[in-house]
Amino acid sequence: MRIGVFVCHCGSNIEATVDTVAVAEAARDFPEVVFATDAMYACSEPGQAGIVEAIRENDLDGVVVASCSPRMHEATFRRTLERAGLNKYLFEMANIREHVSWVGKDRTANTGKAIDLVRIAAAKLRCDAPLYPAEFEVSKRVLVIGGGVAGIQAALDCADGGIEVVLVEREPSIGGKMSKLDKTFPTVDCSSCILGPRMVDISQHPLITLYTLSEVEEVGGFVGNFTVKVRRKAAYVDWEACTGCGLCMEKCPSKRVSDRFNEGIGKTTAINIPFPQAIPKKASIDAQGCLMLTKGKCGVCAKVCPAKAIDFTQQDSFVEEKVGAIIAATGYDLFDFAKYGEYGGGRYPDVITSLQYERLLSASGPTGGHIKRPSDGKEPRDIVFIQCVGSRDKSIGRPYCSGFCCMYTAKQTILTKDHLPDSQSYVFYMDIRAPGKLYDEFTRRAMEDYGARYIRGRVSAIQPRNGRYLIKGADTLLGEQVQIEADMVVLAVGAEAAVGAPALAEKLRISYDAYGFFLEGHPKLKPVETNTAGVYLAGACQGPKDIPASVAQGSAAAGKVLSLFSKDKLASDPQVSAVNLQRCVGCAKCASTCPFGAIEMTVFRGQNKASVIETVCQGCGICTVTCPQGAIQLRHFTDNQLLAEVHALCPY
Amino acid sequence: MNVPRLAYYPGCSGQGSSREYDLSTRVMCADMDLELIDIPDWSCCGATPAHAVDHLLSASLVARNMAIAEEMGVSGIVTPCPSCLKNFKSTQRRMRRPDFHAAVEKLLGRSLRADLPVMSVLQVVAEQGVRTLPDRIKNPLTGLKVVPYYGCLMNRPPDVMAFDDPENPMALDNLLLALGAEVLPFPLKVECCGASLGVTKRQIVMRLSGRILDCAETMGAQAVVTACPMCQMNLDMRQAQVNRANQSNHHIPVFYYSQLIGLATGLDDRQIGLERLCVSPRPVLASLNGENREARS
Repeated sequence: MRIGVFVCHCGSNIEATVDTVAVAEAARDFPEVVFATDAMYACSEPGQAGIVEAIRENDLDGVVVASCSPRMHEATFRRTLERAGLNKYLFEMANIREHVSWVGKDRTANTGKAIDLVRIAAAKLRCDAPLYPAEFEVSKRVLVIGGGVAGIQAALDCADGGIEVVLVEREPSIGGKMSKLDKTFPTVDCSSCILGPRMVDISQHPLITLYTLSEVEEVGGFVGNFTVKVRRKAAYVDWEACTGCGLCMEKCPSKRVSDRFNEGIGKTTAINIPFPQAIPKKASIDAQGCLMLTKGKCGVCAKVCPAKAIDFTQQDSFVEEKVGAIIAATGYDLFDFAKYGEYGGGRYPDVITSLQYERLLSASGPTGGHIKRPSDGKEPRDIVFIQCVGSRDKSIGRPYCSGFCCMYTAKQTILTKDHLPDSQSYVFYMDIRAPGKLYDEFTRRAMEDYGARYIRGRVSAIQPRNGRYLIKGADTLLGEQVQIEADMVVLAVGAEAAVGAPALAEKLRISYDAYGFFLEGHPKLKPVETNTAGVYLAGACQGPKDIPASVAQGSAAAGKVLSLFSKDKLASDPQVSAVNLQRCVGCAKCASTCPFGAIEMTVFRGQNKASVIETVCQGCGICTVTCPQGAIQLRHFTDNQLLAEVHALCPY
Repeated sequence: MNVPRLAYYPGCSGQGSSREYDLSTRVMCADMDLELIDIPDWSCCGATPAHAVDHLLSASLVARNMAIAEEMGVSGIVTPCPSCLKNFKSTQRRMRRPDFHAAVEKLLGRSLRADLPVMSVLQVVAEQGVRTLPDRIKNPLTGLKVVPYYGCLMNRPPDVMAFDDPENPMALDNLLLALGAEVLPFPLKVECCGASLGVTKRQIVMRLSGRILDCAETMGAQAVVTACPMCQMNLDMRQAQVNRANQSNHHIPVFYYSQLIGLATGLDDRQIGLERLCVSPRPVLASLNGENREARS
């Protein structure tokens, strides 16, 4: 083999603590290395051109690049080799940036380690063989998990692009958090007026299959060929028959069920349609509240239903869908403020969350859009808003900023003044974070035009007093303690990962951070990709986001799916397991340990042999360590290739 | 039964302004088979002034008592006073730093481990005594409307005191419920009473303690129940001052919880020092007995 070695400076990233010229110099003495040089930026256009030129001039048939992590640029350099006419698997990368220059300061020691890493890479390269990918069919359907505004946008964009979409939503209706909002910032336009038509589009689009009251149970397969099992939870109503007339809701005698859509403000019936614009507009029964399902007697809804749609015997059912890509758009949940004892820990009825307040503002809410205190139904006059409840507080494990609370609090003070002109709003804040288009102007409007009094400081206690509440806090600009008596307190609760997000991430085999938010492929350059091919992210499941950002991500994820599906066939990764038939004794141990079911047992000339289904194999390598014969080997990571690396590092 | 032997640190106020707290705590614990052994030749913990001036000197005052307790073969140290407790606990915390530990030992001229568990008597009673309490109640406090007042120190700072919820503690509430009293929700249960500022800036105590008494009365309480000598003094002894300063007319007895446990378990009024309270509890207790008699007949 004629090997070329290219040692990258990465500007000063590597060169500052690694003598790249010395590394190249040392590499020239390695076996079969015929060419070695250093390069300012190996990944740049001139850098790549230099590699192509060196391959041609020196008749190279294998290349080592010593630079950054293969996660960063392996694909880049493999394409470079292809352009020069070489098989792209005759390439090895030595990571002398993340593993060397960024972690050590001793230039001599770093240079020595870099030389060792290049030695390892060159030794492995000598054992590498050309590999050729197979092609496989792509199922051009996409699964969107979550029917909030991000999922709706992604689903509509994909469907408008001509792709079949399966949309799965946990709740009985799509719409997500946005459907619970009264108005949206900074334009104060009606939330359901702008979201409603999109929701209708979802239900009417011929390419969209909608499963609400459903959850993703299992995900198998790989990019282009996922198999997804969806649990359709029992609604106890035949949705084919239900017309959404709402008669059952009128007659249901169990009227004390906590209203999930209204965030627990007010009560609803055991059988209900969550809100007037619900999509699909179908009734479902809350099993815990239903007299028939808990006590075995009632059945009023079944008697009055004109469509005879009620079915108390309904069970959860399962459907299986084959898709080529998945978009996770599972959104967020709200911080539980019970952790803050100083705000009453949930003991005071008129200390409510911002989303509960949103339901009070909404015309379709439990009070018909009139702001009333939950305790006694009276109109409040003084309302205190407390920001950063569950945001930017290390002591409760939420050090991050939720990003949208400053804005919605400003909006709620404006709406409060509109609803109750004699009211006075007070906002306790830490900092105003309003870095969006027209955002800062909006918060100023709340203060200057709508008279909301902003107090920079935290609240130390909320205490009930004579039917009102005494809010004690600090004004850090005045350097004084302040006390405000108010009728109602609205807590701007922060965002946290949706309930069950980590469990879903594990089903999808994607990563999540310490708070349960899904991890993007790259914080800047791959904001909607994940590290699992074919799985994309949209909206607040990746981190707290407002509506414009969620919609943008929904469209971005759809764009990624459309470009993935622009090819009829995808190339499979040839770095998968392969069976040496002569060595295989047909024990089937590999087949039993494979987590992906990628190994089948076949009969070859009358003998049992293992056989790898290449498109299913994920290249994990478990079978190779299971095989007692060493007959099954992971291509590009064979025992011999790995041993060559070890021998290069430990020659004695 | 294996009864833990506990070193008892009475605190200075137990010798003077809060003698009834010390008295009633001792008989309550004896009644519960909690063996308290006085730390021999104990000395003042330094109270508020010492730690406000010098952490090292303040810690040394506490450490002297800890060192004596360590030689007693006890399983822990208890004190009825949250202020003393806070000094003990923060001294232990500071002495986790080796240099500080060494400096204290050098000042004292003796070595100590500073690792004996230190707790309030309230915590011991709430966590251990409360189990046997219902069996020993002879005169339940049925009908007595009380507000529990923990003060600002009993549970705070939370990571130092490590007892109950810092914003809405319930230990005292639950004890009083076990005695049969009607425990009213008290929003100011962890507010400051003004503490030792009664000596230097009395106006602050007038305002803060006045607020607590106002709130107790608004809630309809017949009595305030405390676990702190300082709080009790400000609310009880200074109640007349507070009334003068705020043009109010409070006349509400302020008990130590140990006195109420004593009352309910049938201890003699004198044993628990009821006569030492400034605002006489007699009218409230008389009406209570009257009601209970009616209820019984």
